[in-house]
Amino acid sequence: MATEVLMADASTPGAGAGFERVPRRDGTRRLLMVLSYLGLTVGALIVLFPIYMALVGSLVTAVDLGNEPPPFFPTHPQWSNYHAALFNDDLLKFIGNSLIQTTLIWVGAMVTTVLAAYAVAMLRFPGRTLLFIVIIASLGIPFEVTIATNYNTVAQLHMFNDVWGLTVPFMVSAVGIFLLRNAFLSIPKEMQEAAVLDGCGHVRFLWRVAIPLVRPQLAAISVFIILGAWNQYVWPQLLTQTTGANEQLSPLQVGLAHLYGGFNGATIPLAGAIIAIIPVFILLALFNKQLIRSLTAGAVK
Amino acid sequence: MSIAEFVEEFEGSAAVVRPKRRPRRFRLGESLLGYAFILPALIMIGLWAIYPMVENFFLATREVPPSPVFPSRSVGLAQFTGLLSSQTFLDALKGTMYYTVMVVPIGGALGLAMAVFAHQKLKGVTIYRLIFSSTVATSAAVVSVIFGTYLNPATGLLRWLGVNPTPPLVQNPTWAMPMMALVGIWGFMGAAFILFSAGLQSIPDDVVEAARIDGASAWTIFRRITLPLLSPTIFFCGIVGTSTALLTFQQMNIIVTAGSATQAKVNTLAYMIFQEIFYNNNQGLAACYAIVLFGIMAVLGIIQYLLFSRRVHYGN
Repeated sequence: MATEVLMADASTPGAGAGFERVPRRDGTRRLLMVLSYLGLTVGALIVLFPIYMALVGSLVTAVDLGNEPPPFFPTHPQWSNYHAALFNDDLLKFIGNSLIQTTLIWVGAMVTTVLAAYAVAMLRFPGRTLLFIVIIASLGIPFEVTIATNYNTVAQLHMFNDVWGLTVPFMVSAVGIFLLRNAFLSIPKEMQEAAVLDGCGHVRFLWRVAIPLVRPQLAAISVFIILGAWNQYVWPQLLTQTTGANEQLSPLQVGLAHLYGGFNGATIPLAGAIIAIIPVFILLALFNKQLIRSLTAGAVK
Repeated sequence: MSIAEFVEEFEGSAAVVRPKRRPRRFRLGESLLGYAFILPALIMIGLWAIYPMVENFFLATREVPPSPVFPSRSVGLAQFTGLLSSQTFLDALKGTMYYTVMVVPIGGALGLAMAVFAHQKLKGVTIYRLIFSSTVATSAAVVSVIFGTYLNPATGLLRWLGVNPTPPLVQNPTWAMPMMALVGIWGFMGAAFILFSAGLQSIPDDVVEAARIDGASAWTIFRRITLPLLSPTIFFCGIVGTSTALLTFQQMNIIVTAGSATQAKVNTLAYMIFQEIFYNNNQGLAACYAIVLFGIMAVLGIIQYLLFSRRVHYGN
């Protein structure tokens, strides 16, 4: 395909001008490099500016934030904003809720995902292909279009007033099953046959051999699930805010939104936003590669 | 990956597991273990995704009275047809489309630009890549709080920049929705960057190198080689971006005051699903919105597939 393009390009008059190498002057190369860094820096500024401004805004007084121009550097850091967000406005409790709920979702989703992926990759049983297609097709059903019924289901299962209603609906990852299945399939067949000869059953093979072999993929799926669980807003907002009693179960994202919507000035919610970002950015810095792997599953042939 | 190729890939890998020309025989123990292993995931997917999707069609025929004391009653398609002709629905549809048309192309183009700049052997490029991908990890609530705060005239930034319309931007009927799109664009950039980076890495270096030796300019290489070879990624990014954008309402819910006149200007179909449950406790109408939204997603997905399947180059 690309060669066609090249040939077409070369046949147009003026373009290419034969096949001898066109030497690029040092000056041009330096200019291109400067332009590249310029582009990179502009992009970084677009991405970082809001976050930087949030950091500055979380460390100044509410009065200073209203100045023209607004403070671009916190000369006298007001750590009391963070203290107020964490303790006066209960963010600490919401962080605890988020930690519990994220952990539950992660553990539950990993168990169902690993087992299902192993079944579709390594076990032979009637209807396997069909069931795998059903799982993959379910990726096409977004959670938002199912909330009307899920809301009723949670009530019927008496999970409305506890942590299970907030976590159980997310305890599976179809993307994860897809990724892990491919990983399991790449385990050499001989390895399994040898294990079977040694009297090793599937359960032991999964636990002792297969899972250690697909650790990178497990990490990728974990980051994906944990980020999604930590950052989710729609479902917990719906469940914890329709009845007042459930407010005690609010995760951090819902607590943050309420901090913003309440009468807390502008600086304390910004401190809350920075608090919510920190664990996520640490996760991102540590597991950037794994996250990208899970996000691009299926993107590139 | 196209659907055909996906099936082919799946069939191919299934063939690896199952040697050819051997009669289909299943061991009972292995089969039972297989069902036991796949069952938890199937129950979850069935209960929380497939059943509610089907149940939507039954819910849509039921009208739920505002008070839970009274039972819901069947109204057939009346609720559905009533919805389609209501002004609220049309506004929400318009809002959804506006938001999607703003966010996906602009956010996608910015992500592509960042990916192209970062796809070079330059010193310090890893840090830039980490920065660019960070918007993916930033939650809707965090982005909403940050943008909501600085778009508010109580903070000095906009006033200092001389942008100070009355009513203020996020309470302004004209400007509220573009501001919601701005939040969405910032959030989508990172996802697009990650997808395009992966796409760029899959383009063989020798093709680009050959073009460079032939004297092609950077722009020609981008226009004639990179972009065509990126078309599968552009397609995938379009699908992912569109379905995400169609479902967005978090920033509208957090930034714009509920019940205000401006809220009607930032309604989307997904937001209406949420509102019908949250404020009106009307699961029936929520299901109607869900069906329409799902239908739109399906149709747009098919259109994008048809549009791109002709023009996507998978190399080779």
